[in-house]
Amino acid sequence: MSHWIILPIVLPALTAASLLLLARFSWDAHRAVSVLATLGLLVVSASLVLQSADGTIQVYELGSWPAPFGIVLVLDRLSALMVLLTSIVGFLSLLHSLQRWDRRGKNFHALFQFQLMGINGAFLTGDLFNLFVFFEILLIASFGLLLHGGGTGRIRSGVHYVVFNLAGSAFFLIAIGILYGTLGTLNMADLAVKVETAGSGDQALIGAGAFLLLLVFSVKAALLPLYFWLPGAYSSAVAPVAALFSIMTKVGVYAILRIFTLVFHPQLERIGEPIGQILILVALLTLLAGSLGVLASRDLGRLVAYLVIVSVGTLLVSAGLFTEESLAAAVYYLIHSTIVIAALFLLLEGIATRRGNVGLRLEPTARMIHSSLFGTLFFTAAIAVAGMPPLSGFLGKLFILKSAVETPFTIWVFSGVLTSGLLVLIALVRAGSLLFWKTSADRRPAGKPVHAGMLVPVIMLLLLIAGLTAASGPVFNFATQAAAQLLQPAPYIETVLDSRINDENSNP
Amino acid sequence: MELLFAGIVGILCASGVYLLLRARTFPVVLGLALLSYAVNLFIFSMGRLVVGSPPVLRETQSTYADPLPQALVLTAIVIGFGMTAFLVVLALQAWVELETDHVDGNQDSEKRQ
Repeated sequence: MSHWIILPIVLPALTAASLLLLARFSWDAHRAVSVLATLGLLVVSASLVLQSADGTIQVYELGSWPAPFGIVLVLDRLSALMVLLTSIVGFLSLLHSLQRWDRRGKNFHALFQFQLMGINGAFLTGDLFNLFVFFEILLIASFGLLLHGGGTGRIRSGVHYVVFNLAGSAFFLIAIGILYGTLGTLNMADLAVKVETAGSGDQALIGAGAFLLLLVFSVKAALLPLYFWLPGAYSSAVAPVAALFSIMTKVGVYAILRIFTLVFHPQLERIGEPIGQILILVALLTLLAGSLGVLASRDLGRLVAYLVIVSVGTLLVSAGLFTEESLAAAVYYLIHSTIVIAALFLLLEGIATRRGNVGLRLEPTARMIHSSLFGTLFFTAAIAVAGMPPLSGFLGKLFILKSAVETPFTIWVFSGVLTSGLLVLIALVRAGSLLFWKTSADRRPAGKPVHAGMLVPVIMLLLLIAGLTAASGPVFNFATQAAAQLLQPAPYIETVLDSRINDENSNP
Repeated sequence: MELLFAGIVGILCASGVYLLLRARTFPVVLGLALLSYAVNLFIFSMGRLVVGSPPVLRETQSTYADPLPQALVLTAIVIGFGMTAFLVVLALQAWVELETDHVDGNQDSEKRQ
């Protein structure tokens, strides 16, 4: 049993606790510890990806309690990839925060580490109730981070965000209660076994539990009727927090991918099949609503927040098909969209500072200083996020469209993805030309200078996008293997449940 | 007993949802609290309602109360408590800064008293 798996949870937890103490003594040491720990997390998660690359599934039993009695952490390709993505985005956001925002409150770094802990835990856990607990950890840390910096706008959207997510948690608990009451277990692998053999009398209740789970994960992923909290919350958060939040909707997407391939898999009668169809329908509507939101935004922050919704819609349209190609395309697009949206949120901070009083409102103002630098960065990110060639957004959408050919939903996926691409492109072209070209010459630039340290993380994220494009072959291969692992849950279930037998053999 | 239990869960849940839909922060806090009571009772009952049995398996004992939902409820109560405390603080902050207790932060016809 390798102890590497628990490090992405324990490391941020211990760091956060020690940061709370350190904040009273030395601010420099406080920051250094936070950055070094996040760097360490990056190394650990990269090593986890390498460990998972050959397809072995590793199980970590907390307290050596065998599954299904104890809580297990499970590392497979998808969870390793998600943890790596979290630490990349986390590290670069943290670097950005050092320039300005972390000084606005004492506990920024501690909250940031708790947030990383919650996200990593949600990706690694193999137990439904434990997933709930990690959701709550990441939520309460995100409440603190969202309000970081203060101000009425943040409090106003914070109230929505908090109340909405607490109501979501209540539904999660009801779903957990129903599933425990009917199946008698909460270990995901064990649930997958028990669902197959459940009596016909319990089918309706199990179905209710499954759909409630879909509802709860849709709140997290911000799907159509449940995304109204997102634009306000994401656009009012400070830049590094918003960038970190770009991985938070992906937690919901990950939970959907995990639960609805492992437990309520697509072949499951009366539950799996309708869930795929509902997912595609809802994702298409989300895509449309998100694109209209992008088009209607009169503020660059809200525009990027709506891009989060568009990206979730796009990748769930693809994931809802539940074929190997479509899941692989979704995983590739997930990596791409998380990185590019984080880059955009970090870039907005610089643009807002440079524009002065106008901030991110989409209205003409004086030409900003270093307009060509910001213009180039915005242009690159916009190309990537709109899915124009040559960057990875284009490849991701290409994979998604290719996987949808010869499925019953071809026309829907094509029209949805292409229409939203067009709408997003129009909105970005309009925003970009207004920001950088349509400037009124009679006014003097009012913005403040932007520290180079704020742009370095943006450039690094954009270089990652370039890398993702150049290395699209290997990355897509990895995504395909991860998708194959999702669609063949038998090894996952065996590894988790057989660990009990192996332990008994080794300790007679 | 089942009927009484189910009735209580239902009433708590309905009251919780009703209060949650009142667009004022204080009723919303109460609504979430009631909703979490209902949810906790619901989870508790998912281990089946048993009276007068120990929560452990024994060879001499034929019936037992499922201990797991009790542990789950305990966790859920602790988390719910923390969340409610946070929400109360946030609601107070919103009241002070926005000068209204409307959840959208809009100052409407009903003036602050």
